[in-house]
Amino acid sequence: MLVEKAGGTMRVAAVDASAAALGIAAGLTLTDARARIPDLVAVAHDPAADLALLEWLADACDRYSPMVATDPPRGVVIDITGCVHPFGDEAGLAADLRRRVERHGLSPAIALADTPDAANALAAFGGEAVSALPVAALRVDGEIHQALRRAGLKTIASLARRPRGPLAARFGVATTTALERLLGEADVRITPRRHPPEIEVETRFAEPVAMTDTVLATLDALMRRAAAALSDRSRGGRRFEAALFRSDGHVARLGIDTGQPTRDAGILARLFRERIDTLADPLDPGFGYDLIRLAVPVTEPLVAHQLQLDGGAVADAELAALIDRLTIRLGRGRVRRFRAGDGHVPEQAAFDLPSIDPAAPVAWHTPEPGEPPLRPLHLFDPPQRIEAIAEVPDGPPFRFRWRRVLHEVRRAEGPERIAAEWWRHRRSAGLTRDYYRVEDQAGRRFWVFRHGLYGVERAVPEWYLHGLFA
Amino acid sequence: MNLARSPSSDSPSRLTTGAGSADARLGQGLLRAALHEVFAAVPADSAAAAGFALLLALRASPGRPVFWVRDVRSVREAGRLYAAGLVELGADPDAIILVHADSTRGLLQAAADTVKCAAIGTVVIEPWAQAPEFGLTESRRIAFAAVRSGVTALVVRSGAQPVPSAAETRWAVSAAPSAALAANAPGHPAFDISLLRHRGGIAGFDARVEWDRDCRAFRDAPLSRAVPAVPVVGARATQLRRAA
Repeated sequence: MLVEKAGGTMRVAAVDASAAALGIAAGLTLTDARARIPDLVAVAHDPAADLALLEWLADACDRYSPMVATDPPRGVVIDITGCVHPFGDEAGLAADLRRRVERHGLSPAIALADTPDAANALAAFGGEAVSALPVAALRVDGEIHQALRRAGLKTIASLARRPRGPLAARFGVATTTALERLLGEADVRITPRRHPPEIEVETRFAEPVAMTDTVLATLDALMRRAAAALSDRSRGGRRFEAALFRSDGHVARLGIDTGQPTRDAGILARLFRERIDTLADPLDPGFGYDLIRLAVPVTEPLVAHQLQLDGGAVADAELAALIDRLTIRLGRGRVRRFRAGDGHVPEQAAFDLPSIDPAAPVAWHTPEPGEPPLRPLHLFDPPQRIEAIAEVPDGPPFRFRWRRVLHEVRRAEGPERIAAEWWRHRRSAGLTRDYYRVEDQAGRRFWVFRHGLYGVERAVPEWYLHGLFA
Repeated sequence: MNLARSPSSDSPSRLTTGAGSADARLGQGLLRAALHEVFAAVPADSAAAAGFALLLALRASPGRPVFWVRDVRSVREAGRLYAAGLVELGADPDAIILVHADSTRGLLQAAADTVKCAAIGTVVIEPWAQAPEFGLTESRRIAFAAVRSGVTALVVRSGAQPVPSAAETRWAVSAAPSAALAANAPGHPAFDISLLRHRGGIAGFDARVEWDRDCRAFRDAPLSRAVPAVPVVGARATQLRRAA
């Protein structure tokens, strides 16, 4: 028996079969239930765990159809249109599902119907036909339910016979809509948890396979099939997902991203091997996989290329393959490219982003010929606090201390005044910075700034080191 | 005369610095398909060492991608590479791909993979601190891969002691005072470089070079003013050479 706290008292949220046989029903307070049966076993209700179990179940149901939706708190809806042939017929699929779910100690109520609402109602109330169900199957709110019963309408069949117009006028449009959905008069679709991918190939095994080599070989074969399907459409995949369905219901999912659209089965096979090698917890085949599926959810146009004589395309492909491999091994954010930012605050003017994210090429600013570098090679983000002494309050620093080392400034240029972006953040734009390029006694070059205008924005401005020049 | 204007690719397998004095000592230049080590003379010279390696990479593979494999700990310690600063040194940020690794092991694996790829020009490998996992075996592996693929591999180390390695050359780099511009402004990047070790048997030497962005070449630092003492001399340099 599960209990939950509702309105200050502990109430029974759900009961198992033996508690139900003793007359305990959901909604009873825990004290009442304890008074009736003193040695009740009460467990706190954990809706999050219920939901997680439901998600897990829905994941496992992916093996039947790509169109799977959860119907919280305790329903999973599967659209099996066109998906029954591996099991003979619908009843065969339902039997397979029952067998798999019961193996986990759950007692499923499985119903087959033309619409998701009807299937839900049949699963909840039992029975064979929708027309025999009580009006409660409409799942309308209590007041309307009461009104329906007072009018003598007890079953769906009695409602279905009546003209819809007066029904809607008396019991509301919600009632007739629910009725239409239940009877299959309205075309209802489920919203699948996963968007069905454009291309999906799978292999089912009569006997579960547990050998990693067999799994990899199957994946290779699937990739060749997916590559052929992509080639037929002149497309290349940007993301590939393999789902390994274990016979006990667990589903392992592996995804790879590629920087360029690709349909080269050899490259994909290498990337998948890389992905499997870098898994934090290695694949556990358990009793074996009985279904392996490969999906290509993201595709982009990819027309066949003619090889260039100078080998340029080959070099580009090699480079793209290297970037993909490093991205998969080290992680998405680890292989980065530079991007120019829209802003003149130095730390926002240029940054680096994962190389796999698409971005338009940018024109970098061209430095003036003959000028020394005005921006540092290394930038500290955030800038590092230094103690600096200037000869005049708004002049360059004379000496400064950074990381406990004293630097005597021998050459300095500045200030380059960079104002905060007051047009973006009206109030909290920050302070004006006066940047100086300075060189110390050893010839090291630094980029330092005074934070705030002396005497205007700050009585005693602070100094920061922002970068190191080569 | 200044040889900086000579084209950077005199010989396809050799890489010259462009600075007359250094090139004269090096003979035909540095081997392109090889591993070279650049040490910061003291840890505070890490930016100078990274800058020198970047500029060597620009000389080694104009127009081809440069992979910069860094340990994330050195990103935290020495700051991130700043694209606007790369542009100021004459590099094209679009041709540079950054790879961040969590550990020396991951860094070495990424470096080994990258060096094998013939499509790229140069790999800059920047481990963090001493990185004891980066021993002779690992450096030999990278050096062999570089010879096979024709990629230039540059190892940048700061805060590390030289250990036996398969590098073709080993350099110690420190920042040098630049030739001041008008109003005593800091000038072009200047480096004190010293060759600590050369597999071909070329004797070590010290030189002061300056980077000329417009020619994409080093040149001898102007001697118009008195040259102060070179930092890498004396006990520290002897120690570095002994380790080599």
